[in-house]
Amino acid sequence: MRTRLNTLFDALLPVIATLAALGVGAVMLLFLKVNPIAAYASLLQGAFGSANALAETLVKATPLLLVALGICISFRGDVINIGGEGQMIVGAILATWVGLTFTDAPGWLIIILALLGGFVGGAIWGGIPGLLKAYFNVNEILSTVMMNAIAVQLMNFLLRGPMIDPVQAQNASKIPQTARLMDAFHLPRLIPTRLHLGALIAVILAILVFILLWRTTLGYRIRAVGQSQHASRYAGIQVPRYVALALLLSGAFAGLAGAVQVYGVNYRMITDGSASGFTGSAGFNGIVAALFGQLHPVWSIPASILFGALLVGANSMQRAMQVPSALITAMNGLVVVFVVSSEYWRRQRQRRRLTVAKEEEGPPPKPDQPQVQAKEAAR
Amino acid sequence: MISELFSVTVLIGILASGIRLATPYLYAAIGETLGQKSGVLNLGVEGQMLLGCFAAFYVVFATGNLWLGLLTAMAVGALMGLAMAFVTVNLRAQQGISGIGFYLFGLGLSDLLFQKMHGSVETVQGFPKIYIPGLSDIPGIGDIFFSQNILVYIAYLLVPLAWFLLNKTTLGLKIRAVGENPDAADSLGVSVARVRYFTIIVGGTLSGMAGASLSIALLNVFQQNMTSGLGFIAVALVYFGAWKPVGVLGGALLFSMVNSLQLWIQVLGIPIPSDIAVMMPYVLTIFVLILSVSRVRAPAALTKPFEREA
Repeated sequence: MRTRLNTLFDALLPVIATLAALGVGAVMLLFLKVNPIAAYASLLQGAFGSANALAETLVKATPLLLVALGICISFRGDVINIGGEGQMIVGAILATWVGLTFTDAPGWLIIILALLGGFVGGAIWGGIPGLLKAYFNVNEILSTVMMNAIAVQLMNFLLRGPMIDPVQAQNASKIPQTARLMDAFHLPRLIPTRLHLGALIAVILAILVFILLWRTTLGYRIRAVGQSQHASRYAGIQVPRYVALALLLSGAFAGLAGAVQVYGVNYRMITDGSASGFTGSAGFNGIVAALFGQLHPVWSIPASILFGALLVGANSMQRAMQVPSALITAMNGLVVVFVVSSEYWRRQRQRRRLTVAKEEEGPPPKPDQPQVQAKEAAR
Repeated sequence: MISELFSVTVLIGILASGIRLATPYLYAAIGETLGQKSGVLNLGVEGQMLLGCFAAFYVVFATGNLWLGLLTAMAVGALMGLAMAFVTVNLRAQQGISGIGFYLFGLGLSDLLFQKMHGSVETVQGFPKIYIPGLSDIPGIGDIFFSQNILVYIAYLLVPLAWFLLNKTTLGLKIRAVGENPDAADSLGVSVARVRYFTIIVGGTLSGMAGASLSIALLNVFQQNMTSGLGFIAVALVYFGAWKPVGVLGGALLFSMVNSLQLWIQVLGIPIPSDIAVMMPYVLTIFVLILSVSRVRAPAALTKPFEREA
């Protein structure tokens, strides 16, 4: 009974962390002289209030989930991928190129090829820092951040030059965007809203990533390397290879998110000069969703929907209450801080359980390594 | 047109703005060095900078008092550092991820406050140039080194100060001990927690100054996300500089000189696409990381929370 209560409490920690973040957000709203209850009500209304609102929430949740799946893989392998933004961009560039180049092919073929292109583009952009970490010991947090900046400039360059919409190239305004994809290439809509097939693909992939991580040798090795590089090496696992693979796969899913964004929502690439102009910061918010889902692919589904809802709701809150949606960015940051901090209580209880077990059974259990536990979540 | 780059006036211009552009990197990276030396990776630098940036801008816009603006930015940075210290030292949270959380928090909050409290992009009167008597009259050299604003001079003074603190004082010894072997330091009676609180709060203060140097000394405006990755580059510079203040200075200068060259290439209209030119410093950073990281060893306890053996 006690253990079950403990498990329940562990599972609820992220929820408590989110409530705490909402509480801090409410204080900030009070400072801005906005009624927090009214603001949060308009947020809820905007995210779930109608079929359209719900569909928008799921549309926003889709790239978050895809990025989060990649984050589950890399963080489980003890590789911190901050490069989701850049990987999304490069994936989208490759996918867009496919759709703009092969205009004679049937729609279903182009969609498959484009999604594959997104996957490959992201894999390249994640694979480079992966190789650098595995074989040159370059800190992946820094290299992925640099890769983000490079990807943005690459996008700006391509959309102003080689890939610019031929119509815009003629115009004086020269808006940096690509031509629009042919209608046949758009991801099919699921119901008469903006909800598209990408959402379904993301959910199916979540289950596949679960299988990958817990039912295949590859996934087992990635997790083993994440738990202890030392022990993995003794077990004969080629650690560098799996470090690089974890980051490469992580990037691939982010790249797919970029492709889905183009083929399901925008139907073209357009840049305002910044990364978030294209990604909507999904590369960062996907990390938040994955952490919230305790780095579990299937739990990342509800987590992504929650953060998708926050983002959509933030827009309606901005319209109704004049609260800038930047509030949600700040609150996402707090959720991250609170979720990683709340691990503290989980560890404390785990230790208490171990001490109790020690007293009851006699033989001392092996001491746990704190930094491994920090990243270890539900499983 | 390339030849224009090598005329004396342009070279002086490139060097002078290179020296100036290194300022925010220096503040942020020296602060980060202290933190990492004590075993704490602070990835929230960018968020601390953005909040410092806005705080300084807002106070200067409202009061016109530059020093009050600077102090506010430092206080805001210190507060963010305090929060980071509590989370990483007391709650022993994963440093990299909590840093990202603080970054997002600073990014969102600075944008939110800016939109609610100010709204439009306007300029302020920043710190004026100080011409050091005599020295600033030296042709060339004077323009490059001795005609900068006060925050630039302070940034360069920080380098020897940080070196002295780390290598010649008891506190510096404690910082290094805590970052290399916290268990040993602890058994000798050094409070690991107190040392880390100190370095993270000082680091936050310096990040706040880095932000202020942008908004009230170099650019004299505030825009949302105006640091655009500068704080992360500062973290990279610490690796590049091998955790030494002088190394950090070298990295900051290299980086800012490339940046300054890139700006001048655009000014002179040399036909390299500007997007590609802007990309160069980041590509350079990656190469520099490849070359430097495999050579030097990080502080042994970096990113590892300290827990006394029960």
